[in-house]
Amino acid sequence: MNTVNLVYFSWVRERIGKGEETLDLPAGVVTVGDLLAHLKTLGAEYESALEHQNVIRAAINQEHVDHGEPIAGAREIALFPPMTGG
Amino acid sequence: MDASVRVRVQRDDFHLAAEVAALTRGRADIGAVVTFLGLCRDEAGSLNALELEHYPGMAEAEIGRICHEAVQRFRLQAATAIHRYGRIEPGENIVLVVTASPHRQAAFDGANFIMDFLKTSAPFWKKEHRADGSAGEWVSAKDADDAARDRWSR
Repeated sequence: MNTVNLVYFSWVRERIGKGEETLDLPAGVVTVGDLLAHLKTLGAEYESALEHQNVIRAAINQEHVDHGEPIAGAREIALFPPMTGG
Repeated sequence: MDASVRVRVQRDDFHLAAEVAALTRGRADIGAVVTFLGLCRDEAGSLNALELEHYPGMAEAEIGRICHEAVQRFRLQAATAIHRYGRIEPGENIVLVVTASPHRQAAFDGANFIMDFLKTSAPFWKKEHRADGSAGEWVSAKDADDAARDRWSR
């Protein structure tokens, strides 16, 4: 088991229904893409938040990463929609 | 870290003239200062306010990375970026970028570069609060903003 701290923002946070959580991940979850696929199995709220998986952005330890990035050793993984600041 | 970069993410308003003065104070080597001020706008009288959500920690770090890249790329003498979060009403300030260089072009380009990357890479999200009280929508990211960013890598 690999324990990770997840944080969610904007409509990803609203649809999942929480801003952060700590999860134990099964061994097969290696990359950010694997994590998204795993989360979608956890319930309708995750399915709704991550339905369009390719638009979801991710950051590991507060730096942007692609979906192919390995998550091993991550202290904090953030999932959020495209940014709209400025 | 480059001491010439100042980044702040804050709920409170800021003052453009004070930030320019802080950047130029005691220096005689700066020939050009460019400022960009982004405001909350209401296009049709339908917006009550924007709620700006941010990722604390990463917002500061990402804007800092963008500013440092701009300082190196355009040989800026200094760069300041301030971004507000929380509830912001039409007419209020959202973001300020100040760049300084010996000649004008680098300061213009640097400010432009910082804003293009800030819009697409800094972790902020805008939600609308409508004047009619209806549930607001999250503002959608624009393809034009991605295109504006991508022109810097051509």
